[in-house]
Amino acid sequence: MRTGFKLALISMAGIASLSYINLASAQEITGAGASFPAPLYSKWASEYHKATGVKINYQSVGSGAGIKQIDSKTVDFGASDMPLTDEVLKAKGQIQFPTVIGGTVPVINIKGIAPGQMKLDGQVLGDIYLGKITKWNDAAIKALNPGLALPDATIAPVRRADGSGTTFNFTNYLSRVHSEWKAKVGEGTAVNWPVGAGGKGNEGVAAFVNRLPNSIGYVEYSYVKQNKMTYTLLKNKDGAFVAPDEDAFKAAAAGADWNKSFYQLITDQPGKKAWPISTATFILMHIKQDKPANATETFKFFTWAYKNGDKFASDLDYVAMPNNVIGSIEKAWSHVTDAAGKPVALK
Amino acid sequence: MSTTLPANLIQINQSAKSSGRAMTNPPSLKSARSGPMADRIFGWLAKGAALFTLGMLIAILASLTISAWPAISKYGLGFLVNTTWDPVKEEFGGLVMIYGTLMTSFIALLIAVPVSFGIALFLTELAPAWLKRPLGTAIELLAAIPSIVYGMWGLLVFGPILATYVQQPLQALFSDVPYLGAFVSGPPVGIGILSAGIILAIMIIPFIAAVMRDVFEVTPTLLKESAYGLGATTWEVVSTVVLPYTKAGVIGGIMLGLGRAIGETMAVTFVIGNFNQLDSLSLFQAANSITSALANEFAEAGEGLHQASLMYLGLVLFFITFVVLTLSKILLAQLKKNEGAKT
Repeated sequence: MRTGFKLALISMAGIASLSYINLASAQEITGAGASFPAPLYSKWASEYHKATGVKINYQSVGSGAGIKQIDSKTVDFGASDMPLTDEVLKAKGQIQFPTVIGGTVPVINIKGIAPGQMKLDGQVLGDIYLGKITKWNDAAIKALNPGLALPDATIAPVRRADGSGTTFNFTNYLSRVHSEWKAKVGEGTAVNWPVGAGGKGNEGVAAFVNRLPNSIGYVEYSYVKQNKMTYTLLKNKDGAFVAPDEDAFKAAAAGADWNKSFYQLITDQPGKKAWPISTATFILMHIKQDKPANATETFKFFTWAYKNGDKFASDLDYVAMPNNVIGSIEKAWSHVTDAAGKPVALK
Repeated sequence: MSTTLPANLIQINQSAKSSGRAMTNPPSLKSARSGPMADRIFGWLAKGAALFTLGMLIAILASLTISAWPAISKYGLGFLVNTTWDPVKEEFGGLVMIYGTLMTSFIALLIAVPVSFGIALFLTELAPAWLKRPLGTAIELLAAIPSIVYGMWGLLVFGPILATYVQQPLQALFSDVPYLGAFVSGPPVGIGILSAGIILAIMIIPFIAAVMRDVFEVTPTLLKESAYGLGATTWEVVSTVVLPYTKAGVIGGIMLGLGRAIGETMAVTFVIGNFNQLDSLSLFQAANSITSALANEFAEAGEGLHQASLMYLGLVLFFITFVVLTLSKILLAQLKKNEGAKT
């Protein structure tokens, strides 16, 4: 019996050492986390690999798992759609910086209503997801859409079933503009939804909304564009009804004070053109690096991405960070040091 | 029992050798030919494999319990009857998911057992020889379809059909009937407990049917022919000869299907609606199951109570599987006892 265990141990050690050799031999940077920017990160990674030969391995495992992995130092960088507060970062000894901006968009499926025709505001959106407004011809929706023929049909709300940064973005917006929502449901990557069917992932919600008549859901902007979904206009803080597009996300990001802190939730931002449910997505790294060479490679990658990545970003419907923000991001990188406290080389 | 057998043989073998006595045990004769060393190594390996599995089981149970401990110590058994699942306010109860898992599996069995029985019966007793093989293969192929395909099909194809042709007519029919009306209420989207149950049924039918067919086939032809010779109809042969002869295998097949239904994740998560409220007992109400909740929420669950509660749910699932297994063993033992009493 004891020998049996020994055999098992030996074989396990063998497998472990094999995989260790694999890791050490290649020039490779690993990151893990948010699924929202994953298509862009993998596009950047493959272009960067072509340009430099360095391999960036990004695992789209979800923001929560990304945070866990960077905490346990199994990856060189973590990625999260939900920024960590400055206090939490300080306690963990990490820095964060934004990479790109995107937005969450309400989508509907009502016969006869075209994209951009329906107007909604935070109050109505919150009431729908609280189950207080149940019919499309409710007086509150009528008041916002006087010219629209609204059906006498039950609203079928759809939301994310899995925990996600998109849900955080959406509930964060509702919490800011709807006091009852804030008190009853709150904000988070997963919340206790009072109504609605849950789809798995953006694609799950998009499939539900496309399939169910009289439904409403919320998805990332890129899904709206790719699936040609019927988006709604939203009333922003300045009282203007805006359509979701790259300029509207940019306008929302412009209002935030990125120089003070990268902890910026850019929902319900002032600005005539600002889309109210905008978000940035973030990278997390340790300040004290056990493997300074990997940190240098990571910085090189993101420097390249900020410089050359805009085109790929807008191809995939993300918005690049404004130039002045990139300046302060690169300044923040200089705090990262190796184990001895010597700043890590950025180039 | 079977794992200790080789070691015993080795002992017998050794003692036989040292004392120089003739070997009386036929198996040990064989092992003497292949060499005692090889036999011993095989014995160790077999024993090691069995113990390793046992060790894994205990380790899984222990690590589940440890990770779930914050939730267990906070909620205790109240977790099992609390319907609130609120990650924002950090209040967790598992009843919605437990109910979803049990109810969908029950519906799945309710549909799958008679259908599988019919399939197995047809294949062994009624089908013409040229149809047996292609039909049997087709049913086995169903088992090889990845569960996510069933999920997508359920969501995109089956759900709308169920909503339009079953749910809406039923709702129109029963809208004024007090209890039945509540039983079919809910948004007419074709997503919920019933869809999940039906999809699960389709998924487990191949398993149950294949096992049933195999055990029906081992019924000795002599017995069946005798019954037919006495003038029994096909149904009489099946119910009085085949079923009593194969009941252990049949129950085993059903339990295999049930185990799969309880543990199925991907297909369920697509069609169950993932709704953590238990407002009504309607079959058309969106709900959630343990596996679906785990798959959806684990990646984004924060450290602490949320994760611990998910682990607790995992532990509950473990326990449910254990109970199902135990019940099936008891059922089999009961059947055996009755058998003994009759003869």
